[in-house]
Amino acid sequence: MTKRTVELALATPGLDAQGRPARLPLAAAAREPERHGEPEAGGEHMLLNLGPQHPATHGVLRLVVELDGETVVRVIPHVGYLHSGFEKLGEYRHYNQIIPLTDRTDYLSPMANNVGFALAAEQLMGIELTPRCTVLRVIACEMSRIISHMVWLGTTSIDLGAFTPFLWAFQERERIYNLQEMWTGARLTTSVTRVGGMMADVTDDFVAGLRQFVDTYPKTLHEIDRVLTRNAVWVGRTQGVGAMTAQEAINYSLSGPMLRASGVPYDVRKDRPYLDYDSYEFDVPVGEHGDVYDRYLVRLEECHQSNRILRQALERLPDGPLNVADPRLILPPKSRAMSDMEAMIYHFKQVMEGVKAPVGEAYVGIENPKGELGTYLVSDGTAKPVRWRIRPPSFINLAALPKMAEGHLLSDLIAINASVDIVMGEVDR
Amino acid sequence: MKRVLETKEVTGQSPNYLLAKAQDLIDWAVNSSRANSLWPMPFGTACCAIEFMATAASRYDFARFGMERQAFSPRQADVLICAGRLPFKLAPVIRRIYDQMPQPKWVISMGACASTGGIFDNYAMVQGIDTIVPVDVYVPGGPPRPEGLLYGVLLLHKKIKGESLFDRAARREEQPLDERGLRLPPEQIDEISEPFGNSVHQFRSA
Amino acid sequence: MNPSAEALRATFGSAIGRAVESCGDTIVYVDRAALLDVMAWLRDTPGQQYDYLVDVTAVEYRDRERPLELVYNLRSLDRRVDVRVKVELDPRGDLTVDSIVPLWRGADWLEREVYDMFGVAFRGHPDLRRILMWETYAEGHPLRKDFPLRGRFSRAEQVRQALAANPEAHYSLEELSIAAAYDELPPDMRERLRRGERGKIPHSE
Repeated sequence: MTKRTVELALATPGLDAQGRPARLPLAAAAREPERHGEPEAGGEHMLLNLGPQHPATHGVLRLVVELDGETVVRVIPHVGYLHSGFEKLGEYRHYNQIIPLTDRTDYLSPMANNVGFALAAEQLMGIELTPRCTVLRVIACEMSRIISHMVWLGTTSIDLGAFTPFLWAFQERERIYNLQEMWTGARLTTSVTRVGGMMADVTDDFVAGLRQFVDTYPKTLHEIDRVLTRNAVWVGRTQGVGAMTAQEAINYSLSGPMLRASGVPYDVRKDRPYLDYDSYEFDVPVGEHGDVYDRYLVRLEECHQSNRILRQALERLPDGPLNVADPRLILPPKSRAMSDMEAMIYHFKQVMEGVKAPVGEAYVGIENPKGELGTYLVSDGTAKPVRWRIRPPSFINLAALPKMAEGHLLSDLIAINASVDIVMGEVDR
Repeated sequence: MKRVLETKEVTGQSPNYLLAKAQDLIDWAVNSSRANSLWPMPFGTACCAIEFMATAASRYDFARFGMERQAFSPRQADVLICAGRLPFKLAPVIRRIYDQMPQPKWVISMGACASTGGIFDNYAMVQGIDTIVPVDVYVPGGPPRPEGLLYGVLLLHKKIKGESLFDRAARREEQPLDERGLRLPPEQIDEISEPFGNSVHQFRSA
Repeated sequence: MNPSAEALRATFGSAIGRAVESCGDTIVYVDRAALLDVMAWLRDTPGQQYDYLVDVTAVEYRDRERPLELVYNLRSLDRRVDVRVKVELDPRGDLTVDSIVPLWRGADWLEREVYDMFGVAFRGHPDLRRILMWETYAEGHPLRKDFPLRGRFSRAEQVRQALAANPEAHYSLEELSIAAAYDELPPDMRERLRRGERGKIPHSE
C-alpha cells in the first residue's frame, strides 16, 4: 500500500462509488444535531462575547453567544462597527465620484463593485456600452470573483486549522494584484469603471499576463482541492454543519454561493444576464446539502468556472473604442483639453457640474462573489443621486447566522460564520 | 547605578562622560531588543486589513522585521496597528484595547482613513484616531502598499531606537482619558477634525 | 409593464395606487394599510409566486413636499420576474407600517436598517432596534434629508459620546429568558415589550 492510499483511507471514513466522501442526506443534515456532552448538567447558561476585535470573526463583527455547556443555544450578532455612511456620502457626490466609494464597500472584490455601480448609473441614463468595454468588464468581474474566493478559502482554512492553503491562496491573489496594478495603478482600490466606459484601457502586457495566469491558476486550485476536499479534519468539521434547506435559504433571502449551496439554481449571470454573460459558456455549481462543505465545493468550482469565462473573454476581446462616443459623458484626453476649446469646455462641465441623470430610478443586480450586489439609484434630474442604495449580499446572508448556528458547538460557529463569507465593509457600509 | 558611577573616581575622564556612556549602552541594548521583536496587535477593520494580511503573507513577510508573532491579545502586544477606518461605534473598543496593552506600547495608524478620516468626512467616522489614542507613526495611502507599511514599521524602529530610559521627559507614561472622558481638549478635537483641503477648486462633499 | 400590476388592482381595488415603469422595472404604489395582505398575496398566489425578497429600503427626496417612500423589491425565482412595491409615508407624520418579517425572515435586518436610518417603525417586528448605529445614538436618523452630513453635534461631542459608550453592552440573561418565553407571554405584555423604546426581544423561533 502506497503512502497516498493510506492517506486516502484515513481521510475518508465513508467513500461512495465515485471516491467522494459519503454524505448525509439533506434531511439528516438539517435535523437537530445531537447534543454533545452533558447539556443539562448545571442547567446554567453562559453568555460569551466574541469580537468585535477577534481574528475569527473576519473583521469587526461581534457575536454574543448564549451557551449551554459548549452547545450554542442562541447567537446574537451585533453589526455596525464599521458603519461608514457610504449611502449618505453618495448623496453629496457626482456619479463618477461615487465610484471610488464603491471600492471600499466590498474591498475583497473592488472591481466587481465598480462594475455594479456603473451598470446601474448607465441604466439610469440609458447608455449602450461598446463591445470592448463589455468584455473588459466581464474580465474585471471574474478577476474579482477569483481574488475574493481566494481570501475566503485562505481565511476559512485558517479558521479550521489549515494554514497552507492560506499561503497558496494569497500567492494567487498577489498575481491578480499585479494585473490590477498594471491596469489601474492600484492594487486594491481600483476605481476601474466610469459611467459610459472604463478609466483606462488594458495593455498588451496585461493581456499576456492574464493569459499566463489563466493557464497556471487551475494548478493551485487542484492543489487546494487535494489538500482539503477529502481531508478528514476538513470533512469532519464542515459536513452537516450549518445546513440550510432550499426553502429556508429563499425565505432568508440568501444569495450567491450560500443560496446555490442549498440547492437553488439561481445565478444572476444566467437568470438576469447583464453585460454579455448570456454568450459565455459556463456552469453554475449547485449544492444539495446546504452545509459548510457544500458552500466550499460551490466556491471552489466557481473559481474554475471564472477561469473558464476569463479564457473565453481573452479570446473574444475585440478591438475598437473603449468608451461611448459622447463628449458629455467621457472626459477628453488631457492633451485635447489643454489645446482644444470645445474639449476644454466639456472637461470643465464634467468636472465642475458632473453628468446629469434623467428623473427616474434603476435597480441593477450583479452576481458578486458574495451574492447578489444590487445597486438602486434614484435620480431627481440633478448630477447627484437622491438615493444610492447598495443591496449588500453579505449583510443579508449574515442575518441567517443565528438560524444556522443554533444547536451546534461553539467551534462550529466559527466554521459557519466563515462559510457565510462576510466582509464587514459591506455588511455595515 | 547613577550613584555608583558618581562615587567612582576615574582619572582623566569626567564621571558624567562615563555615566552617559553607560546609559547609552543600556539604552542601546534595551531599544534594540524592543525594536527588533515588536509584537503587533493587528486592529484590522477595513481595506487596510487586507493589505496588512498581504504584508504578513508570503511575498512581503514582515516576520523579517521581528514581527513574527502576531498577538491577537492586547495583553501580549507592543504595537497597535490600526489598519482601516475607525467609526465612532468602534472608538471605545480601540481605546479599551489600547488601555489593555502593557507599557511600553506604540501605535501605527495605517492608511488615510485611520489617520484623518480620509474620504469619510461624515457623521459616522472618527476624523483621525489620534483623537482617541496617541499615534507614533502615520502611514499614508488608501490603503498603503505593503512596502508602505513596512516603511512605517522601520520608521517606528528608528523612533524606538532614539528613546531613552533615563530621560524623564521622554519616558512613556500611561495617558488616561481626562475627567471629560476625552484624550485631547475639545477645541483641539474640533480643530483637527475640520475638513481639509484649502483649494477652492477642490470639490468637497458639503 | 408587469401584468402583476393589473392583477393586483383587480384584487385589491382602491388600495393599489398608480403603477409606473422606470428603466424596465414595474413600480406599484400600495396603501400602507393593505401592505401585508398585498405582500402575502404576491407571495402565495399561483401565477404570481414572488417568493424571494430582494431588498427593503426607503427613499426620501430632496423636495420636502414629496412623501417618503418605502421600497420593497420582490422577485419570482421560478418565473424570473421582478416587481417593486412602494408605500408612501408622510415624512413629518406617522411613520409606522406593518412588518413583513412574518412572511420573509430575511426582512428582519433590512427593516431594522430602515428603522435605524430613516426612523420608520415596523409594527410586529420581533426585535426592532438600531442595527448600524449604537443603541444610545442621540443624533437622529442619518439618511433623512434634514440630517446634516457631519451629524448634528460637534466633533468633540461626538468623540466624547462615542468614548462614553459601553463596548460590552448586550442583552442580559434575564432579557434572553424573557425572549425564550415570549410565545407564552400574554398578548398585552408582548405588545408592551414590542413598544419598549429599545426592543428587548432578540431572535426567537
